[in-house]
Amino acid sequence: MNLDSVEARRYIARKLKQRKALDKIFHGIVFLATMVGVVFLIVLLTKIFRDGFGSLNWNFLTSFPSRFPSKAGILTALVGSIWIISLTILIALPIGVGTAIYLEEYANKRSKFYNLLVVNIANLAGVPAIVYGMLGLMVFVRLLQFGNSILSGAFTLSLLILPVIIVASQEAIKAVPNSLREASFALGASKWQTVSRVVLPYAIPGILTGAILAVSRAMGEAAPLIMVGGAGYVGFLPDSPMDVFSALPLQIYNWTSRPQTEFQNVAAAGIIVLLVLLLTLNAIAVFIRNKYSYRMD
Amino acid sequence: MITMKQRRKRNETWIKYLLSALATISILTTLGIIYSLFSETFVFFQHVSIVEFFTTLQWSPSLKPQHFGVWPLVVGTAMIAIGSAAVAIPLGLGSAIYLSEYAKKKTRKVIKPILEVLAGIPSVVYGFFALTFITPILRDIIPSTKIFNAASASIAVGIMIIPLVASLSEDAMNAVPDSMRQGAYALGSTRFEVATKVVVPAALSGIGSAFVLAISRAIGETMIVAIAAGQSPILTFNPLNSIQTMTGFMVNVALGDIEYGSIEYQTVFAVGALLFLLTFSLNLIARYIVKKNRETYA
Repeated sequence: MNLDSVEARRYIARKLKQRKALDKIFHGIVFLATMVGVVFLIVLLTKIFRDGFGSLNWNFLTSFPSRFPSKAGILTALVGSIWIISLTILIALPIGVGTAIYLEEYANKRSKFYNLLVVNIANLAGVPAIVYGMLGLMVFVRLLQFGNSILSGAFTLSLLILPVIIVASQEAIKAVPNSLREASFALGASKWQTVSRVVLPYAIPGILTGAILAVSRAMGEAAPLIMVGGAGYVGFLPDSPMDVFSALPLQIYNWTSRPQTEFQNVAAAGIIVLLVLLLTLNAIAVFIRNKYSYRMD
Repeated sequence: MITMKQRRKRNETWIKYLLSALATISILTTLGIIYSLFSETFVFFQHVSIVEFFTTLQWSPSLKPQHFGVWPLVVGTAMIAIGSAAVAIPLGLGSAIYLSEYAKKKTRKVIKPILEVLAGIPSVVYGFFALTFITPILRDIIPSTKIFNAASASIAVGIMIIPLVASLSEDAMNAVPDSMRQGAYALGSTRFEVATKVVVPAALSGIGSAFVLAISRAIGETMIVAIAAGQSPILTFNPLNSIQTMTGFMVNVALGDIEYGSIEYQTVFAVGALLFLLTFSLNLIARYIVKKNRETYA
């Protein structure tokens, strides 16, 4: 075919137009696909605020649950969540950070043990939350006799978020420049002195950011807590880790599954409280990341 | 007499042991999961034949006469997985292509965190939204839709896992070297052609494993289906009907007062073990896809 012929040029020009049009159409399609998620988020938040705002007041925050939607409050769930989350941090953070330090600073990266740990952690990250609930039921509730308590819930959630904390801490520790370690060793510091006084302080903002994100995941989990016996209706405040408990997502689930429509609005108000707490946690994480990320680069 | 040096050396060794002990906890967790699920499952299969469990079609473990055919739960779970994949895979892949190939840096910086928020919203919230917003709309469109139905839950699960599909696919596409894109552009390709004929094919194994992981996540999702999909373990293939998934069954039993050691109690573990094996195999497949097809463009 003669490419210089008039027909050939026309053909190429037409083809080019088609290809460009196709590109534009595709651009539109992938843009819309992206926007579906964004619009969904906006609609979801609007719906929840419209439903829940009317029920949200001081009484709601300071009252016990009730059979009457107008009197129902979120206090026990809020206090329960705070208990569980605090304990979860206390349990999961040392184990997670310790594991990450071991993996990054101590373990022989060619050893079978190291490989086993890494593969195992990757697998744990993919285990459904409810399966952790079964583990909690069997080990913490039954075997260790913690019962349907805050402690059982906190241990269960700790194991659930452990992979996230380990991986985030590993990333933070990896980001510490090797020159700092070498400088510390050159000054005669031991391994642990280097890790505890050079590596960790440098890595802590990253570790905390990861830990906060992990904790905010734990805060929203309902399924594992249901398995270990968390309740959607608790009429008193816990005063020890061995008490029975409710938690925000459990309370929200309880309200959502009630037939009276008034409870839907109460559930929406509960969701607002939960979302505000999650937003606060995330804001803290972003703040820490921004405040400390400029250091020593 | 112990010198300082010796003491320090001894402390160092202790710390190393302590840290490796902490690291072992993650392995104990895995062993604990396997022990918890399979010890009770073993007892369960001493009372119920494994043949009945896997080959019969009726599920009513807490009603007399008891039936232990797990298929209604498996089909319910599969409907949620397929439905949510039908939502999340095209939207997630579309978002990934947009973010990695089309969007300006500034736009990307705004939209990506917004999409990530979708992954951070607790699943009870999605469940609430599915029941009180998506379901009424479905019922307006198709009046025969049940209040609790698989379709509504599938849509919510699908939206929830969009960020998972999008960010894993985008990572895979970002790993495609820019020289390949530039080569294609230099030959006169449009962005559409670069995206669909160069980038996506080169990133296919990563994208494929993202899809598999998304399905695995959908199978394990609990609260959305417990709230919006219903609690009726009846074999159906109609997404507008009420169903029960494996996870939905487990939650439902846990919420009731089930006697420890009873057959209903063990049933939860048997279903949990099946769920664990399913998600575990899918995760292995996802990792295998990436490992097997890892091409290095160096």
